[in-house]
Amino acid sequence: MALANAFYNTVVKRNSVFVTSIFAGAFAFNVGFDIAVTSFWDRWNQGKQWKDIRSKYIQEESDS
Amino acid sequence: MLSRLPVAALKSQSALGASRSTFSAFRTRATSQVRFASSSSASSATLESLFTSRASLISATLFSAGSIAWYSHLYGSLPFIGEVHANSLADDGLHPTAYPWSHKGLFDSFDHSSIRRGFQVYREVCAACHSLDRIAWRNLVGVSHSADEARLLAEDLEYTDGPDDKGEMFQRPGKLSDYLPSPYPNEEAARAGNGGALPPDLSLIIKARHGGADYVFSLLTGYIDPPAGVEIREGMNYNPYFPGGAISMERVLWDNLVEYDDGTPATTSQMAKDVVTFLNWAAEPEHDERKKMGIKAVILFSALFAVSIGVKRFKWTVIKNRKMFYNPPKDLNH
Repeated sequence: MALANAFYNTVVKRNSVFVTSIFAGAFAFNVGFDIAVTSFWDRWNQGKQWKDIRSKYIQEESDS
Repeated sequence: MLSRLPVAALKSQSALGASRSTFSAFRTRATSQVRFASSSSASSATLESLFTSRASLISATLFSAGSIAWYSHLYGSLPFIGEVHANSLADDGLHPTAYPWSHKGLFDSFDHSSIRRGFQVYREVCAACHSLDRIAWRNLVGVSHSADEARLLAEDLEYTDGPDDKGEMFQRPGKLSDYLPSPYPNEEAARAGNGGALPPDLSLIIKARHGGADYVFSLLTGYIDPPAGVEIREGMNYNPYFPGGAISMERVLWDNLVEYDDGTPATTSQMAKDVVTFLNWAAEPEHDERKKMGIKAVILFSALFAVSIGVKRFKWTVIKNRKMFYNPPKDLNH
């Protein structure tokens, strides 16, 4: 209950804080979710994607 | 439309009409039994009239005739009724084997080294006859080649550009934004160079052919001598996977036809697999990103669905768990 009260008093009480925290939370979730899915994708497709083989064809720093 | 109905369908219709007379005989017997019964319920009488009335017979007949006509219009023939065809199954082409492609699974991306090898096979073998109109050199960047490699590949070729300030077209080396060149200037030239047959553009060939990658792979590796009794005209070749069996393209992939720069042995099936992977990428360049987005969408929408179930249960719990009591009013007259 104390936790719920603290949550209410810090986040929900003022609408400006509430809306801002929703937007910030959505942004942070999107970034984290994307990182999680990408890491799974890269582990599942190890060695198959261009970024895994590009070192074989690019010696020095290039723009691709 | 009715003329397309087989005779058996009409026969079953007349059989339905014949069964009606037996049904009416049954009705007279049933009513005579009902007369002796001590009580008859009104519901059985309505049920009986529902089964025996002329209107229900007509509507059932119209319904069955209409559904038969609709089905035969939609699918061409009725199920469970034998048909005789003049063509054989071989005319539709052999069904291709389902191969375990490296990009087949729900989570599998393309094998990009295979795309790179496949592009080499396309450029050295297929490009002699087939165009690849919808792929530009820039599309290869970040997929199978670096920007510098793609630029070098493009610069090897001459493209017509213009008009310049004198109104004349001029030749210039290719740029990343140029599309892959076609081997023939137009369709007529392509037909003239290939005995009347047009080599199809390969940009979307994996999507455009029934069976997709499996079909193209089977076609490339499936050339055999024609079986006994099959006549193949001069300039045509036999391939059981090609509908009709006779194809103008001859077998082009032979062992060690190309030399891969990553040392992969260039067997016929390896080259066919690589070039089909490349063509699959050309037909679906969005493939990798699409599957990745699909994973995200499935996770998010499943979570949202679970949340919606929870919210529904929460909102309905008051209604689902309420109890109703009836308290009879005190009788004041006594």
